[in-house]
Amino acid sequence: MSDAPRVGVVTFPGSLDDVDAQRAVRLSDATPVRLWHADDDLQNVDAVILPGGFSYGDYLRCGAIARFTTIMDAVVDAAKGGLPVLGICNGFQVLCEAHLLPGALVRNDHQQFICRDQKLRIENAETAWTRQFSQGEEIIIPLKNGEGGYIADEATLDRLEAEQRVVFRYLDGNPNGSRRDIAGIANEAGNVVGLMPHPEHAVEMGYGPDTAGGTRTGIDGQRIFTSALQALVGV
Amino acid sequence: MGRVVVDVMPKPEILDPQGKAIAGALPRLGFKNFINVRQGKRFELEVDGDVTEAVIAEVRDAAIKLLSNPVIEDVVSVRNATVEEATNV
Repeated sequence: MSDAPRVGVVTFPGSLDDVDAQRAVRLSDATPVRLWHADDDLQNVDAVILPGGFSYGDYLRCGAIARFTTIMDAVVDAAKGGLPVLGICNGFQVLCEAHLLPGALVRNDHQQFICRDQKLRIENAETAWTRQFSQGEEIIIPLKNGEGGYIADEATLDRLEAEQRVVFRYLDGNPNGSRRDIAGIANEAGNVVGLMPHPEHAVEMGYGPDTAGGTRTGIDGQRIFTSALQALVGV
Repeated sequence: MGRVVVDVMPKPEILDPQGKAIAGALPRLGFKNFINVRQGKRFELEVDGDVTEAVIAEVRDAAIKLLSNPVIEDVVSVRNATVEEATNV
């Protein structure tokens, strides 16, 4: 599989779900490439994932210190050049701090850490990371965060809606006070996507959320990863 | 040695869950007079020398770039520490 797409997964000090993200990449028939926060080279990867966790202990603000690492300089440059970049949870926070995505994530309005299976609607099935879904499709993947409230000013929210850049929206209850039930957004070009819930925890039978089909059968997260690869291998 | 004090607060329109939790705890301790609490951050940056206008300007720059996120926070003050603050380790 030497010609399999190579997907970089960045590990910051305090990253938690980097190995799960690598596994999700492997299960989608791509080759995961470990990228270290202090690297300055993306090793010619075809896409990059910023995983969940607590980079730098969430000190200062979630993602604020990770944003200024050398690997992020490379990620920001590559993202502006069109490289598919996915930020999951803490990775979403890093993308916002890096200004690759607008807005910010703040502490959940109810002040509790929340961990549950979360229903989402795919609001834009044309981004690099959602093109294997259908528009309006409903999926369930795990959510776990303490600072997942998405906020931006009204003008930014209006622009995101108008430009179809809200990619994922919470269904059956807003878990954290996110404005307009926003669970994930994209940049203007659609190559950079950030979301709070965790698709990498719903990629293999026996480990994902419960569904009507049985206990831990949910694998709705898988297509997030294969979506990016579909473009890379030119299917 | 000089010291610069930076205060950062959540923007007024941003819900501050930490402040809200504190506001909820105060009356339970008998502090009944406070109708609202907001929690911010204070930073102290030390320099090897005097706090000059150039130092203040540099701290102001750092406050916007790193110490605060302008989407959700305001830098409400950047100032030279008082003598009392500067000697208080």
